[in-house]
Amino acid sequence: MSDPGHETHPAVGQGLRSRAEGLASALPPLLADAEHLAQTVLLGAHGRRRSGMGDEFWQYRPLAVGDEARMIDWRRSARSDMHFVREKEWQAAQSVMLWSDEALSMRFCGAPGKRGSKGERARLLALATSVLLVRAGERVGLARMDAPPRSGPLQLIRIADALAAAIEAEAAGSAAPDYGAPRAEILPPQSRAVFISDFLGDFDKAEAALTGAADRGVRGAMLMVLDPMEEDFPFDGRTIFESMGGSLAHETRKAGDLRDRYLARLAERKDRLEMLARETGWLFTSHHTDEPAQKALLWLYGALERGH
Amino acid sequence: MFTIGPVGFIAPLLLWALLILPILWLLLRAVPPAPIRRRFPGVALLLGLEDEDAQTDRTPWWLLLLRMLAVAAIIVGFAGPVLNPQERRVGEGPLLILMDGGWADARDWDGRMQRVQGLLDDAARADRPVAVVSLTDLPAEGEVPMLTPAVWGPRLAGFAPAAWPPVMGEAVDWIESLEGRFESYWLSDGLVHEGRDEVLAALETKGSVSAFESPRRPLGLRPAVFADGQVQLTALRPVGDAAREVTVLAYGRDPSGTERVLARAGAAFASGETEAEVALVLPAELRNRITRFEIQGVRGAGAVTLTDDGLRRREVALLAGREDREGLELLSPLHYLERALAPTADLVEGTLPDVLLANPDAIILADVATFPETEQDDLLDWIEQGGLLLRFAGPQLAASDVSRRTEDPLMPVRLREGGRSVGGAMSWGEPKALRPFPDGSPFYGLEIPEDVVVNAQVMAQPDPDLPARVIAALADGTPLVTRKRIGQGSVVLVHVTANAEWSTLPLSGLFVQMLERLAISTRPATPEAKELEGTVWTPERVLDGFGLVQDAGTLPGVEGADLAAALAGERPIGPDLRPGLYAGEDRLIAVNALGREAVLEPVAWPARVPVEGLAVARETALKGLVLSLALLALAIDALASLWLSGRLFGVARAVRRPASTAAGVLFAALIALAPEARAQDGGLEGLEALALEATSEVVLAHVVTGDAQLDEVAQAGLRGLSDTLFRRTSIEPAEPLAVNLETDELAFFPFLYWPVSPSQPIPSQEAYAKLNRYLRTGGMILFDTRDADIGGFGASTPEGRKLQELARPLDIPPLEPIPLDHVLTRTFYLLQDFPGRWASRDVWVEAATPDAEVVEGMPFRNLNDGVTPVVIGGNDWAAAWAVTRNGAAMFPVGRGYAGEQQREIAYRFGVNLIMHVLTGNYKSDQVHVPALLDRLGQ
Repeated sequence: MSDPGHETHPAVGQGLRSRAEGLASALPPLLADAEHLAQTVLLGAHGRRRSGMGDEFWQYRPLAVGDEARMIDWRRSARSDMHFVREKEWQAAQSVMLWSDEALSMRFCGAPGKRGSKGERARLLALATSVLLVRAGERVGLARMDAPPRSGPLQLIRIADALAAAIEAEAAGSAAPDYGAPRAEILPPQSRAVFISDFLGDFDKAEAALTGAADRGVRGAMLMVLDPMEEDFPFDGRTIFESMGGSLAHETRKAGDLRDRYLARLAERKDRLEMLARETGWLFTSHHTDEPAQKALLWLYGALERGH
Repeated sequence: MFTIGPVGFIAPLLLWALLILPILWLLLRAVPPAPIRRRFPGVALLLGLEDEDAQTDRTPWWLLLLRMLAVAAIIVGFAGPVLNPQERRVGEGPLLILMDGGWADARDWDGRMQRVQGLLDDAARADRPVAVVSLTDLPAEGEVPMLTPAVWGPRLAGFAPAAWPPVMGEAVDWIESLEGRFESYWLSDGLVHEGRDEVLAALETKGSVSAFESPRRPLGLRPAVFADGQVQLTALRPVGDAAREVTVLAYGRDPSGTERVLARAGAAFASGETEAEVALVLPAELRNRITRFEIQGVRGAGAVTLTDDGLRRREVALLAGREDREGLELLSPLHYLERALAPTADLVEGTLPDVLLANPDAIILADVATFPETEQDDLLDWIEQGGLLLRFAGPQLAASDVSRRTEDPLMPVRLREGGRSVGGAMSWGEPKALRPFPDGSPFYGLEIPEDVVVNAQVMAQPDPDLPARVIAALADGTPLVTRKRIGQGSVVLVHVTANAEWSTLPLSGLFVQMLERLAISTRPATPEAKELEGTVWTPERVLDGFGLVQDAGTLPGVEGADLAAALAGERPIGPDLRPGLYAGEDRLIAVNALGREAVLEPVAWPARVPVEGLAVARETALKGLVLSLALLALAIDALASLWLSGRLFGVARAVRRPASTAAGVLFAALIALAPEARAQDGGLEGLEALALEATSEVVLAHVVTGDAQLDEVAQAGLRGLSDTLFRRTSIEPAEPLAVNLETDELAFFPFLYWPVSPSQPIPSQEAYAKLNRYLRTGGMILFDTRDADIGGFGASTPEGRKLQELARPLDIPPLEPIPLDHVLTRTFYLLQDFPGRWASRDVWVEAATPDAEVVEGMPFRNLNDGVTPVVIGGNDWAAAWAVTRNGAAMFPVGRGYAGEQQREIAYRFGVNLIMHVLTGNYKSDQVHVPALLDRLGQ
């Protein structure tokens, strides 16, 4: 499927097996990359620090009135005259909603062949975060799937499937808006959210989404993924700049002269996002596609951990 | 043709197109460079930004200028520019092209011929009849070979400069004998020759005359003079302009007989001087070898001077019979000889064997009677090769019985016992004077002083051949000097002593002159006319016009008088007396193109004669050059346009390394320019790499046959065998190598697999030498004819015949079919069969020594020595061993399980073979283990 050298027989293409293989051909790289990335983050269980439902041992306490007999831990009780109940730590699963921008602007890549597009990096980070969260037992959902967050390895496969669909859409060059914006209404109340985008589109939309999310009690992290070319603006000469979809265009006779002003505007955009994040209790940082993905993943992990 | 300066145009009308340049200027100026379209998400942030200035909207003036230049160059290029357009020489009527043709022309002969060719071309265009005549080789009187110019073209190659100057007197006669009028072009050598003005006047009566002269004037060299112990040479030039140095080379034969430069010296012309002197100080041995001097890099007989005997100093060995009269210097038998010879010859003294080693020109024995037998033979050999043995009589010779009854080989005559003395106290008669020297004697013509008298002498025995041997006699007819020729040399006996004891001869000047005539001492440099009168000299070597020494061939002899006149400068040299070496009876005389007093003077042409240079200005078409310049300008324009529009370094800047990109482009260009250099470097490195690869681990190798598929199978087979060895034994070979017998070193490989294909080339001699060395030093070659499925061992298949052909030059011991107890059957596995892809039992190895015996109770014969250098079979082992990269067998063997079993045995054979190669007869030695254990008392 993504391997042009490996062509399947057309009759085979419709079967379950071939679809599974096609899926696997896209999944393993992404999932493997994501797993590999997730391996780099040292996991610690984030218990609730109090007794409750969970797998981890929390404490033994003497049998009290109202406890059922089946709750007695006979092994412990046999060592003394008292009856003990074995309590486990309460491990409540958190719901985390991931949104990875699929707009055309994310398909930009300043140096094809040397590094991937912004969208690729965004999907990788989204899936790696999912891997981490699923391992930690959290419920994870993808904004693209329009389904509530779930936990378990199966959900990981679903997320990977959805992201693979996004890859397909990108490979097919299907239509999409020039710039994307998160949607606050799909976020479950009191959940967590991760927005991965370049945030180069309309600032008002981002602001509306974020304030809407804050209103629903959703907190989370915003990761701005940029191509180094967007940070550097290494252009000169007479140029017509167009957005990826062609909806926006700007002509200049001397692109080199615009560089300082462009960089100033980019810095301003980052400042405003940062300010917005601070106001709504979110976290914000920017990430470049030529940097290692671990850095961003660590930051994302830390940002989600902080809220516990 | 339309010309501007030295440049002309073939199609000048095209130049009008230059008028459109201003219009182009206006057009181009108005069109700014096209913008680039870029997809860039950050455009959202750019919206609303204004450009700071609008200046770059127009093409910069320098880019416009560059484009204008490019267009102009294209227009000019197509207009056909030509550098130095040739102006055509016009004229009518017959044309005479006259060349001096002497040695002075030789220096730029090619240029002259090209000029003549150019003149002929012009004449061909004007359709004029032409004659080309050299003044040194005039046609018969009244004849002028007027022909069409096209005929002369091929004939020009037949002209060559002569070694003598042009003969002007004859030329005047010849010109005057011609009829009709003609125009003359005179290619002069630039030197004054007597009678040139007369020739010019004669030519001018026939028509107009133009002269051509080369600015490169000839150089000359006067004959070498030996004075004050050094060889002095004088280089000449006609015009004393700027200071200049020329190198004079002395040529001669080295001891091995090869002609080479023996000495060199620089002669510096001072500014304004026409002569430059140079003196060479050389050891006598070296000086005697010199045959000619040349000015380096200057052609022409005048720049070469041959040397004759005048420069040579003879080596003369002096030996006396007894040296017992100490203190009596004047009575020493050698005293007068030394005094006479010392100024003109190099004297050698010592014992006879030592002296003979020095190979002198002459040996003088004063009163020596006898020699040991061996010395006598050596002396005879030396004489036969041209030595001159001069003996003086004396008391010892008179007292001895040398040459009494039979003629001694080292004596010219038999001697009567006792000799005689005349005019002494105990004898009667007057001391005898000398008779005038007879015609035919080498002394002929010498004045005999009155006071030369002889008191005593040894007497020659009258013999039939005595009169022929007498070259000087006393007044009463008794021989005084006798000579006998032996081989190329001669023995001369003077019948008196070398001191004044028996005669007053050594006291007189005649003694010295006689020695000279005997070519013992060096003669005065220039022979006198009187000396040469009446003799005939044969040319041995002659110089050609270019100054090269040629064999004289069948040139006729020259009268001595003519020779003397030429040497004295009174007679010009010419075709009948060419510069060269002339041999007389016993000496060589050199006649050179320039005499001792020669000077070179530049010719002064009268003002009425136009003088032109020889240089032929070449027409050079500039079209290609100008168009290339236009292309270059356009290429620069393309780069500049890219740069202006930000596209040149646009991408590179993202990486922030524009300089390295430029460097990269430059580097790529350099790499493209120097592929050979890398290939050469690669040669040595490749050899070293091979040596390292082959020696750091055990490597199996196969011989490259040139058949790609076969080589691939061999490689795969050895790979399979290497893998098997790696898995099963402690031999852990690296990846097998392919070995080219011609280029690769074989010594690194313990084992070579050589698949035989009928098409492979026979290795070269060097490769066979390498192979034999390899086999002798313990290497093993497995020859595989791969034909066991179709033929048995022998020459029944093409591969078998090829194997015989290949192996013929190899150093292979006698072979036998592999015996059952051969060590190959048990070096690792116990084997009885050696199958490969085919299972034939015909495998041949080195035959066991005939004295191998079966020991009682032992399963094997006692075969302990040597590893067989070759194993020959046809089982196609490589195919059985061959595996692909992923370890699967490449070829099927046999059928089913039995086939796999056969493959396994094939692998086992391979293991055994490599074990045999690497461990030698170790397994064979195991037969001794029981005996050894027994001896140890176990």
